[in-house]
Amino acid sequence: MSHRLPGGGRLIDRGRSCNFTFDGHVLQGYVGDTLASALLGAGRVMVGRSFKYHRPRGIIASGAEEPNALVNLGEGPRHEPDQRATTTELFEGLAARSQNVWPSLSFDIGAVNGLFARFLTAGFYYKMFIHPRAFWKHLYEPVIRQSAGLGRAPREADPDRYELLYAFADVAVIGGGIAGLQAARQAAEAGLRVLLFEQTPHWGGRAPVDGAQIDGQPAGEWVNSTVEWLEKQENVTMRTRCMGAGVYDHGYLLAQERLSDHQPGAEGPRHRLWRIRARRILTATGAIERPLSFAGNDVPGVMLASAMRDYLVNWAVAPGRRVVIVTNNDDAYRTAIALHEAGIEVPAIVDARAEVRGALPDRARALGLTIREGMAIDKVQGRAQVRGVTLCRHAGAGGAVAARIECDAVAMSGGWSPVVHLWSHCGGKLTWDAAQAHFRPDPARGPTDHDGAVFVQAAGAANGALAADAVLRDADTAARRVLADLDADAGQLPAAPQADSAPEAPLLPVWMMPEEAGYAHRSKMWLDFQNDVKVSDVQLAAREGYRSVEHTKRYTTLGMATDQGKLSNINGLGVLSQELGENIPDVGTTTFRPPYTPLTFGAITGEAKGALFQPLRRTPIDAWHEARGASWEPVGQWRRPYAYPRAGESRASAVTREVNNTRQHLGLLDASTLGKLLVSGPDAPRFLDMLYTGMMSSLKPGRCRYGLMCNENGFLMDDGVVARLDAQSFLCHTTSGGAEHIHGWMEDWLQCEWWDWKVHVINQTEQFAQIAVVGPNARKVLEKLGGMDLSAEALPFMGWAEGRLGGVDVRVYRISFSGELSYEIAVPAGQGLALWEAIFEAGQAFDVLPYGTEALHVMRAEKGFIMIGDETDGTVIPQDLGLDWAISKKKADFLGKRGMMRSHLQSPERWKLVGLETLDGSVLPHAALAVRPGQNTNGQRLTEGRVTSSYHSPTLGRGIALGLVHRGPERIGEVLNFAGDKGQEEIRARIVSPVFFDPEGERQNV
Amino acid sequence: MSDTATDLSTHRSLLRIERVASQGMIALRGGLGSAALGKGLRKATGLAVPGLREIAHDETGAFGVAWMSPDELMILTPPGVVHETIAQLHEGLAGNHATLADMSDARAVFALEGAPVRDVLAKLCPVDFAPEAFPAGAFRRTRAAQVAVAVWFTAPEAARLICFRSVAGYVEELLCTASAPGGEVGLYHR
Repeated sequence: MSHRLPGGGRLIDRGRSCNFTFDGHVLQGYVGDTLASALLGAGRVMVGRSFKYHRPRGIIASGAEEPNALVNLGEGPRHEPDQRATTTELFEGLAARSQNVWPSLSFDIGAVNGLFARFLTAGFYYKMFIHPRAFWKHLYEPVIRQSAGLGRAPREADPDRYELLYAFADVAVIGGGIAGLQAARQAAEAGLRVLLFEQTPHWGGRAPVDGAQIDGQPAGEWVNSTVEWLEKQENVTMRTRCMGAGVYDHGYLLAQERLSDHQPGAEGPRHRLWRIRARRILTATGAIERPLSFAGNDVPGVMLASAMRDYLVNWAVAPGRRVVIVTNNDDAYRTAIALHEAGIEVPAIVDARAEVRGALPDRARALGLTIREGMAIDKVQGRAQVRGVTLCRHAGAGGAVAARIECDAVAMSGGWSPVVHLWSHCGGKLTWDAAQAHFRPDPARGPTDHDGAVFVQAAGAANGALAADAVLRDADTAARRVLADLDADAGQLPAAPQADSAPEAPLLPVWMMPEEAGYAHRSKMWLDFQNDVKVSDVQLAAREGYRSVEHTKRYTTLGMATDQGKLSNINGLGVLSQELGENIPDVGTTTFRPPYTPLTFGAITGEAKGALFQPLRRTPIDAWHEARGASWEPVGQWRRPYAYPRAGESRASAVTREVNNTRQHLGLLDASTLGKLLVSGPDAPRFLDMLYTGMMSSLKPGRCRYGLMCNENGFLMDDGVVARLDAQSFLCHTTSGGAEHIHGWMEDWLQCEWWDWKVHVINQTEQFAQIAVVGPNARKVLEKLGGMDLSAEALPFMGWAEGRLGGVDVRVYRISFSGELSYEIAVPAGQGLALWEAIFEAGQAFDVLPYGTEALHVMRAEKGFIMIGDETDGTVIPQDLGLDWAISKKKADFLGKRGMMRSHLQSPERWKLVGLETLDGSVLPHAALAVRPGQNTNGQRLTEGRVTSSYHSPTLGRGIALGLVHRGPERIGEVLNFAGDKGQEEIRARIVSPVFFDPEGERQNV
Repeated sequence: MSDTATDLSTHRSLLRIERVASQGMIALRGGLGSAALGKGLRKATGLAVPGLREIAHDETGAFGVAWMSPDELMILTPPGVVHETIAQLHEGLAGNHATLADMSDARAVFALEGAPVRDVLAKLCPVDFAPEAFPAGAFRRTRAAQVAVAVWFTAPEAARLICFRSVAGYVEELLCTASAPGGEVGLYHR
C-alpha cells in the first residue's frame, strides 16, 4: 500500500498540514503536496474508473500526462470536472470526488461492461449502433451518454475573474527545467527580451529528482542560483504555474498562467491567458516516460518508474511496500535504487534486455538488488490493487511462468518520448531516433514563420537529449542558434555548465511484453488507460484494414481521451506498425494540436463576461431612457428603448399609447443610432450615384433624398436619407445596424476600385445625437423653443436647415418615417441630452411623450415603409418592394444594376411586397407563410408568400401586415391562407395596398 | 447625467482613471504629404504632420496632431477653439482635396495614470507597451478588448485612451476590471 515516509520530501512542508476530502472522506496532506501525492500519501491508490469498462484506475504518472487521476474538484460555483490530481496543488479544504463511478468508486455497476469486454472491441459503437437509424437518436445515444462521460458539468456561474495579457518577446522559453533555465540564461546574457514559463509551481524539472550534479553542485542548487540570477534581470519575465499551450503562425504563442488555483477565492484573476508574439520560441518541454504493455498494466499500483521517483523524492511518498521494477532501459534503475535507499523492498528488476550491463544496473547489483535479465511480466495479479506479478521470458510468446513475485506496486519504464507538441503545432516535423526509440524534432524541418525562417527551437530532453549533461549542452547550442538567428551578441556568453551523468546502455524497444504474447494477454494490455484501448484493439483495427494512424486513432479512440495520448500514442504506434509490418517512421504520428493540456473556458474568455460580455452602445440620451424605465431592445450593439411602459402597463399597451399620442399630439424618438457618414470631395456626387440606386448628384444643397443601396448582386442592403450639404459634401444616413458596414463598403470601393476618385468618408455617427420630433404639434414645440424658422415655407418637406434651437447649434432635417409632420434634429452628442430635455419640457404644453422603436415600427408599417432586415433578407431586390421609383433609369451604372438584370431577378414570378389584412382583424404571426394546396418534392406544403412585418395598428384598430407574395401587386383583393402558430387553424388574410394609412401623405406635408 | 456607467471616483483601482471632460478633436483627411496641408496645419496649430503612428504636441500641450491613417490626422485642440481651428484649416486648405469634421463629441477620452499603466493596457490591447517599443510621441490605433481605441502616453506613467462615445461605459468597465487590485502583472512594471 502507498504511504508517506517519515522523512524527506523536497517539496512538502511537514510543518503545515492540509486537510482535504476525497469522496467525502477527510484526509490529510502537507502544503506542497499535489492532490495525487496527498492521496498516495494517505494510502489511496485507486482514484477512479475507466471510460468504457469502468475498470479500477490508479495514479500512474506525476504530471500533465496523467490519464487516470481525474477528479471533480471543488463545490458549488467553483466545481470543475476532469481536474488532474497530479497537477492540482493541495490546499486546505480542497474537496475532490472521483469520476465515472456509480454508485461509488469501490462498487461500480458499470464495471459489468468489463465482463463483456470481448464484445466491446474497437469500432464496437460504429458496428453495433448503426441500425436501425432511428434507434441512435432515441435509444442508443441517450444510454451511451448516461454510461459514458467523465466529470460532472458545473451548474453554477463561475465566480472567478479571468484575464488576457498581450506580451511580446524576442525569445519565449517554454519549460523551466535545466534546459529552459540554461537557454533563458544565455538569451538574457545576450540582452534579448526573454519570457520563461514553467507549468509546475517549481523550477528545475526532473534534474533535482534524478540526482544530477551540475558544475559540481547538486542540480537543485544550480537551479536555485540560476533562477535567482534570472529574477534579477530586467529583460527576463518568468512565471511558474504557466503552461505553454500552443504555437501558432507568425510566432504566436498561447500560455495559461494559473494564478489562484492553489488558493481559490484569492483576490485577483484565477487564470491569465498570455497571448504572445515572440520572434523565437524555445521549447524545453522535457520528455514523458512511456508505459510498457503487459497484461494487467492498468491495475492500480502500476506506475511509471519516473513518477514513483518523483513521489518518493519530491513528496516522500512510497507507492507500495514491495515494488517490482519492469524496464527496457537503464533509467528505471534510478527508481530501483531510490526505492531501495528509502527502505522500500525491491524484490526484482525485470529487464527485457537479454544482457544488462552499465553503471546504473551495476550499482543496483552492488546494492544487492536482483535483476531478471531477458524477462517480462507475464501478468499483474490483483484487481483494485496490485497483489503480485508473474514473470516469463520476454522473447517469443514468453513460455511458461517462470516465477511469481508478491508485490503491491509495479514501476514500469518503456523509454522516454520527447514532448514535441509545441514543436509540432505549427508544422515542425519529427524524425525517428531508432537508438532511443522515440520521435524527436527534425532540426532540418522546423516550423517556419512569415519570412521562411524556423521560429521554434527545441532544447534538452524535448529535443531528444535525455541525460543531464546532454540536456545542458543541447540547451546551450539551441540558445546560441537562436541568438545567431536574431543577430544577438553572443560574444561574451559564459560556457555551458557541465553535468555528470552515468553513461546509459541502449534500451530495447518493447511494444508488447512478452514479445509475441497471445490474445488473452494482449486483450489485457492497456495502451490508452482512460479510454480503455488495448493492444488487441489496435491490432484488430489493423486487421480490419485501418492503415492510417489517424484513422486507427479515431476508430479505436486511442489517444482521444483528455490526456490526448501523452502516454499512449507512441506505444499504440509501435503496436500498429508491428501489426502492419511497417517501420514506425513510415506509419507516422497523429497530429499534435493545441492546447497542450486543456485551457479553461474562463481563460479563453478573459474579461468578456457579465457586463463585458460584449460592448453595449449607449446613445447620449440613454440615461434619460433608463430613468424613465425604458424597456430595451438590442439594435446591433446599441440598446434602444422599445417602449416606455408605465407602472403596471404592458409593453403592448405602452406601444399603443405611444403610437396614438404621436399621431394625435407629439412624440419624441431618440434616433441617435442612425448611421451618419460624411461623404465629401469633388467626386462625391458621382461616387454616390454609383452607391445608391437613385440619382444623388442632382440633389440640391439644402435638400434631402431617400436612397437605396444594393450589393453587386442587386440585393437591397441598406437605405436612408441623404442630405446634400454643399456642392461636394453629402451626409448619408444609414440604418442603425448598418453604419459600420456601409462605411467599410464605401472605403472598400474607394480604396480598392476607385482609388483615384477624390472622395473622403468620415463616419460621424457618434458626433451627433439625433432627435425625431414627430406629430401634429411638432412645429409648435420647436417654435416655442425658438431660434429657427421651421415653417412649411422656410423648411419644406425633405429640406434641411442649420441654425440654433433653444440656444444650441443644430441641423434640422424635415423628414418623416412615421407619416406625420416630423423634424429630425441633429446636435453635437454632448448636447443631445440637454436638447432632448429642453424639447420634452417645452412639449409638456403639447402633450409630448417619448416613443420607442416598436411605435416607430408600427407607424412606418402603417405607412408601408420598408425596414431593412424585416422586408429584406439578402435575397430581396428593390423592385420586389415596389421601390422602382427609387432606381434611376438615367444612370449608366450603379452598384447592383447589372445584378438586377439577371433573368431570375427580372422574372414576373417573384414574390413582391403587399399589405395584408386578416379577415377577422387579428394580427398575423410574424413570418407566417401563405400556404396553398399540394406539396413540393420534399413533402413540404406549397407556399405563395410570407409575412415580413406584422403589428396591431392602434391607428386602424386592427392587425396589419406587410408581406412578400407571389405576383402580389397583381392580386390585390385576393384572400390568402396563412399557416397559424402550432396547432392553430389557418388564418385568412386579404391582399391590400401596403400603404394602410394616409396614402396621399397629407399629414407629413403640412 | 452621464452616458457612462461606473463611478470612477469610488472604484478601487491600481490606476487613477478619469474621463476627460472635453477635448477638441478634428478629423482631417487629405494627402499628408502635400505642402499645402503641411502649411495649413502649421498655421492653424503650429504643428507639423506627424510621422507614421506618432503624435506631436505643441509646447503648452494645448494642441496636438496624431497620425490616424495614411490620409487622416486627428487634431487635438482646446475645447473652445474647435470651430475657429476648422475655419483656419479650411482657409489654409482651400482648393485642395481635404475634408474636415468636428469629431469632438464622437469620442470619449480617458486619462490613465499610475505605475502599472502599461501592464493594465497590455491586458486589453494587442500592443507592445514596452517603453522602448512605445515611447513618448508614439500613437496607436488598436482595440481594447472588443472595441476600437487609440492610445498614447503623455508621461512615462500616464496614458490617454480614446474610444467612441457610445462605448465609453464599456471601456470604463474594462479599465476598472483590468486595473482592479490583485491583477498586478509585473510585465512592464515590477
